[in-house]
Order: sequence, then structure tokens, then C-alpha cells
Amino acid sequence: MSILVNKDTKIIVQGFTGKEGTFHASQCLEYGSQIVGGVTPGKGGQEHLGKPVFNTVSEAVKTTGATVSMIFVPPAFVADAVMEAADAGIELAVIITEGAPVKDMMYAKMYASKKGMSTIGPNCPGIITAEECKIGIMPGNIFKKGNVGLISKSGTLTYEASHQVVQEGFGITTAVGIGGDPIIGLSYKQLLPMFEADPETEAIVMIGEIGGDLEIQAAEFIKENISKPVVAFIAGQTAPKGKRMGHAGAIISGGSGTAAEKMEALEKAGVKVVVSPADIGKAVKEVLS
Amino acid sequence: MNIHEYQAKQIFQKYGVPTPRGRVAFSVNEAVEAARELGGDLWVVKAQIHAGGRGLGGGVKLAKSLEEVEEHAKNILGMTLVTHQTGPEGKLVQKVYIEEGADIKSEFYLGMLLDRAAEMPVMMASTEGGMEIEKVAEETPEKIVKVNIDPAIGFQGYHGRELAFGLGLPKEEVGTFIKFAKALYDVYMDNDAELIEINPLIKTGDGKFLALDAKMGFDDNALGRHQDIEDMRDLSEEEPTEVEAKKYGLSYVKLDGNVGCMVNGAGLSMATMDIIKHEGGEPANFLDVGGGANPETVAKGFEIILEDPNVKAIFVNIFGGIVRCDRVANGILEATKMTEVNVPVVVRLDGTNAQEAAEILRNANIENIITAENLADGAKKVVEAAKGE
Repeated sequence: MSILVNKDTKIIVQGFTGKEGTFHASQCLEYGSQIVGGVTPGKGGQEHLGKPVFNTVSEAVKTTGATVSMIFVPPAFVADAVMEAADAGIELAVIITEGAPVKDMMYAKMYASKKGMSTIGPNCPGIITAEECKIGIMPGNIFKKGNVGLISKSGTLTYEASHQVVQEGFGITTAVGIGGDPIIGLSYKQLLPMFEADPETEAIVMIGEIGGDLEIQAAEFIKENISKPVVAFIAGQTAPKGKRMGHAGAIISGGSGTAAEKMEALEKAGVKVVVSPADIGKAVKEVLS
Repeated sequence: MNIHEYQAKQIFQKYGVPTPRGRVAFSVNEAVEAARELGGDLWVVKAQIHAGGRGLGGGVKLAKSLEEVEEHAKNILGMTLVTHQTGPEGKLVQKVYIEEGADIKSEFYLGMLLDRAAEMPVMMASTEGGMEIEKVAEETPEKIVKVNIDPAIGFQGYHGRELAFGLGLPKEEVGTFIKFAKALYDVYMDNDAELIEINPLIKTGDGKFLALDAKMGFDDNALGRHQDIEDMRDLSEEEPTEVEAKKYGLSYVKLDGNVGCMVNGAGLSMATMDIIKHEGGEPANFLDVGGGANPETVAKGFEIILEDPNVKAIFVNIFGGIVRCDRVANGILEATKMTEVNVPVVVRLDGTNAQEAAEILRNANIENIITAENLADGAKKVVEAAKGE
């Protein structure tokens, strides 16, 4: 078992024939993901990586029966791509592209939820169900199959966490990189109950960072609804106020959104919070034994 | 990206958000000329820097004659203005804004930004004009009125009424206020603003609302479709090293410690700063070299880190994924040939092909490169190295 995606998930790629789309789609195919085609307007009818190319998402969905789209289009076209996917009946859009304007994401997410489509990202590594299905840009070999669910705002920190979990002798069910932008799709609050319901997941690792209050919302949710052990790390404990730390959303404004307040809220909710990012694996071992 | 008050007011005027009349001046002569052109018998000379609290720092002065305009402009232009937002080093004032004096009857605060939880903009108003809004929010939150505006419906009359009545405005002034707020909403949405603050928003003796101050920040990701705003960028207001880093696709923020960091990924970069602190050291910077970590970016990274004379050791923490560690290791060796690195460098490479990478670094046998087993080991070693142990 896993959450959201598995070995049978049918995927299309928007921005299929571009440089990034091509490279990562071929890596996903190599991993075993069921990429059934892609969309590049104007290149419909061609074949790419051995899969059909379509002009529109609706055509791709009708022909292939895909339910998930992996989006690699340039930042200015992300909103258009997300809305097109939503209109075509895609159930989950995984938006890898970095640099989409906030206003665009606001409209895109609004329309996606109207159409009942979930989104992951933007500006994220994607989602992977270990040894079954990789939809994104993460190095697949780092995610060994196991019983830990992973939710993270950061890409490389996701790999770091998974690596530590594996080194302690455990593995991953599904890992979701939710992205660090001000407006993102699925977040802790929506993903936690999925892991709670997944029989194979026995513990959950959540990695957050400064800015916004998603981690605080998660803490409140965990207190009431999550019975499985949760380990958390919040990046940016040493970040100065008012400075953007790489991710568009990683900024402490007016004293709120600090790592300290998030860590405190999570601890109060019964989460095992680690201060050092090197202790994530050890903490998982502790809660599982 | 942030802009100056005078630039924000230019945008306001285009959208019909009323402001006092004013002119920007880059010299004392221009300042006097601007005051003469504006006419009247009361002016305000305002330092133009990207920071709040200018009045308290002596950067905003009232002038009752052209001689006083000249005197204030002389004092303010070229001064290093220190406010609570500039840090102790202050900011050099290179331009002043000369504005006609206003007849202030009452002061308010009006601001707009993204409400991340609601995923839509929020407009905030307060009767505590002139005060720092963060302070008001902390001490007297009941004095702030907030209204979320769903962009699907846009700014409606009721949004304005909630704010106007929330501020306790008499009903004959509500209509004028709503017009003002509606125009401000258009400024925010049309220009992909990230933040607008009018503090204070004033009501004049004859019942008009005017933006006496104006602060605007923009979504960097949207600047591609706003050339007019990109043109307003004032590089002298930005940290030169951060600007230089950006040119090479690096994201750099200077901090106060002595342990330099070079990391791939924003989250891991922050986590690296955290673990350095955890091990008893102080990070000198945040530096995300992005996914590539090729020789050129690594070399540039070293150069940028070493521009800070406080740096006593550098921690290179790369988690190799798709980019294999052996390639990164070779990149680091290349980089040390391209730029002189005269402090100890602790390298932690983990992930794909980490073993091969360790081998490459060991065989290269470079004196000041110290390899680390994992994140914790690397942090410990670099903190020790920075202390000279």
C-alpha cells in the first residue's frame, strides 16, 4: 500500500518534449512509472520516449486514461497547464516547475479545487511511492521500500531524511515533496490523514521550514486526528527575520512563521521534534521500536 | 523586489490612489527647484531608502521656506540613515522626495498582502496610523480590521464597507474611502504586488484621503511580465554580494557568523545553518548552489563566501541525487584550481556514488580539504576547524 500513487497509476507529462521534461520523464520510466504519454502543443501525433505526444491534455486523457499529470512547462505557463489538466479530468497534478507567480497559483488552485483536482507543488521534487512509482525529479535509488511516510517542503532535505531512515534499517512507503512556495497544493493537513489510513505506513516524518503557518495547522490536526507516531524537523532555526531563504515562502515576517513557534506547537501535539537535521533517522528508529 | 516611496506613489497616481503632490530630487539644487515648482508654503523633505522608520532616524523633515528645504536637503542627501530596519550600518541616502505639506486631521493604516492560510489577498486597516502594524497586531489586535478579497469576485462594495465602518468612519466618508481601497486593490492585483503598506493614510481637513507614505514589494516570479516595475529596481539598495550571486544562479544571504556554507537546495541549506549552530558554531551565510553544483558555480560559491573576511572555515554539504557525488567531487577539485581557497573546507558528499566521491577527494590529497562521513560529522568538523582546532 501507499498513498496517492502506485505501480498502476497512469501518468502524462505536460511539457513532455522539453529538456527537463524529457530527462526526468525518461528517469521516471526507468524507475517503472507508468508514463503513458505527454502533451506538447504543436507536436501532437509524434512519438517521444516511445510514448505518444498529444496537442491537448483532454486528448491525452481520452486516449490514454491517465489520471495524473506531471507538469514541467515554463513558469509563465504553469497556471494555464494546471487549469487545462483540471478541465480535462486529471485527478492529481504534480507541478515541478519553479518560479510560477503567486497570483497565477492562486487562480490555478482555485480552479483545480472547483474541478476536484488535487495538486502537489509547485517548485517541488514531486511524489514517489518507493519501488513502484516516481513522479518527479528525486533520485529514486534513495527511496527503499518500507513503513515510513514522508512529507517535506524541501527537496534535498527529503532525500537527506529518506537516506537517514534507510540507513537506520527502515524504508519509505510514499514520500511527498509539497514545495516551499507561498501557495501550494496538498499540504501536511491533507496528507497526514492519508498516511494515517494507509495500513503499511507505521510512522510519519514531516519536514517543515520557516514561513507561513502550515506546520502549526498540522500540529493542531495531529493532536486530534493522528495516532501514528510523527517525527518532525523544522529548517531555518537560525534564519534572520525578513530575509528570504531561497524558497519564495521561506521568510519570517513580523516575528511569525519562526521555527521556534512551529517546533513548540508540534511538540505540544505529541510530535517527536528533532533540533538537529542529523537526528531524523535516529528519531524514526526510536518511535518505531 | 522593493521600490522607493516616490516610485510607489507614481504607480498609485496612475490608478487614482490619491497622494500629495511631490517630486524626486537627486541634488540640493533639484530639491529646491522641486519645492519651487510645487509651490505653496509647506514642504516635506523625505529621504528615499528601502527601509521604514525614516522619520525617527532624522530622514524626514518639515520645511516652511525654500531656505529650509535647501538646508534639510543638504543634511539628508549623503547621510547614512540608521533606522530599526536598516541594521546598525545604516543606508546611504542618495535621493530625497520633496512633497507638498498636508493638512492632517487623522491618521490610519491601510495595507494589503497575501493571506497564505486563506490563499487570497487580505486588506488590513487600522486607526493606529503611523504605528508599526506588527506592534499594533501584538498589543491591540482589536484595532486591526481585516478583510479577505477573493480574486474570483474582485473588490466589492461590502469589502470596503467592512473596512470603513470597522475604522469608525462617519457614513458620509465611507464612499470616498471605498473608492480609495478599490483603487489600491487594482494596484495590488495588476502589478503582482507582494505587499503594499500605506502608513499613514491620512484624512485631510477637507475630508480627503491621501496616501502620505507608500511602501511596495513585488513577487519576484512575476517581474518577467512587468518590465516597467523591473526598471524601477535600485541596485544600490540591494546587498551587492547577493546581487552578484543571483547572476550565477546562486541564492546567497549574508549572516554574522564565521562558518561559511555551500549547500544544494534551500531546505538543506537552512538545515545546515541550523546544525552548525547546534554544534556550537555560527553560520556566516546561507548559500544554495541549486541542483547542478558544477565547477563554475562551486568556484563562484567559494569566491562569494570568501568575500566575507569573517569566514574561518567552509562546509560544503551536497546531497547528490540525480547529480552524482563523484561529479560534484571533481567539480570541487576543479573549483579549488579556479579560485584560491585559503581556509579549511569540510566536504560532506552523500547520496548517489558517495563512496567514489570520497575516494576522489582522498586521492587528490589537498591539504585544506577535510572529508566528512555524514551531516553530523561534517558539522562537528567544520565548527572545530573554524575555531582553529
